[in-house]
Amino acid sequence: MQTLSLDYPAGAPAARRALAGVVGSGDLEVLLEPGADGRSTVEINTSVDGVNEIWTAVVDRIFADAAQPAVALEINDFGATPAVVRLRIAQAMEQAAGADTGAH
Amino acid sequence: MDTATLIARESFVERGARERVAGLLDAGTMRELLDPFERLRSPWLAEQDIVTQADDGVVIARGAIAGTAVVCCAVEPAFQGGAIGEVGGAKIAGALELALEDAEAGRPVVPVLLLETGGVRLQEANCGLAAIAEIHAAIAALRAHVPVVGVVAGPVGCFGGMSIAAGLCSQLIATREARLGLNGPQVIEQEAGVDEFDSRDRPMIWSLTGGEQRRATGLVDTLCADDAQAIAAEVAAAVAAGPEDPARVADVDAALARLARIDGDRRAEAEWVRDAFQTPTDDGSDS
Repeated sequence: MQTLSLDYPAGAPAARRALAGVVGSGDLEVLLEPGADGRSTVEINTSVDGVNEIWTAVVDRIFADAAQPAVALEINDFGATPAVVRLRIAQAMEQAAGADTGAH
Repeated sequence: MDTATLIARESFVERGARERVAGLLDAGTMRELLDPFERLRSPWLAEQDIVTQADDGVVIARGAIAGTAVVCCAVEPAFQGGAIGEVGGAKIAGALELALEDAEAGRPVVPVLLLETGGVRLQEANCGLAAIAEIHAAIAALRAHVPVVGVVAGPVGCFGGMSIAAGLCSQLIATREARLGLNGPQVIEQEAGVDEFDSRDRPMIWSLTGGEQRRATGLVDTLCADDAQAIAAEVAAAVAAGPEDPARVADVDAALARLARIDGDRRAEAEWVRDAFQTPTDDGSDS
């Protein structure tokens, strides 16, 4: 297991908390809570060792827009691919913004 | 069934634990206890370098089903095969013990257990087993006050100590895809040999431990399709049924008589197991 902490500039805190995914094979769990004003943090616990560079590249890209709501993310990963990572984080962000995605 | 009906049907098994619970409860009544943001996670998995889940794979929620107060305990099958650790087990045991206090105080709350579990989480051994023993004791005590409703829906099935919990329920609902057994196929093969039980023979495994066979032998009360609406309707009917009197599991004589009819030297086959589990009646016919 490896852990990784990242942080990014962001806008105003997210409206509410949100949850997406499960710690199952090829999937991950995202716990999203409103962050401190102007700053998003991402704590990653992953079952796969030696992929910190990939994680950093994927999450950097997701948080490239500094105008996004500030969030505190906890990610518990069980071998998700970058595509699944992006989808789960987007799902949690949409829920936190109040959009009804129809998914839970 | 025509294709349009099949496509419109919503699977219960494909849902996660939280979504399953939400689908059973009356709209707007779900209130989760010890939700993931409480971060009540396993202290043992991280020490063994295993990623934890924030709710330890167990969802506890109060709510109502057709107006009746219920507490749902749902195991998430995707996390560690639904295995029960110290925290997840204690969440279920605690929820059941609170339901018992409520029932004894004249405020009945019906427990609904969604059991998709390989049994105790081996990494947590005795801590998980202790929690499972508490779950058994709570179910046995609750049955005098309220129906205890169990559902085994998915292919993970329900095994180990949690299969005993399923057996203790007053109403057990299962699908054809579900399996119920004390030991899983590989454990039986390892202990008894491949001639006794071939863990790669899937049709044989389902013929003996699958939902249909368990219904035919009386270990499951209701066989239901993997249809979220149909399962919700069966759960609602079981919740409304009231406490079971007398409890099926209290009939020890019938269970012993059944055991006496089983020939242990013979390799188990679905048909004769069904025959052996029939209860002979006074007029000589099978009930």
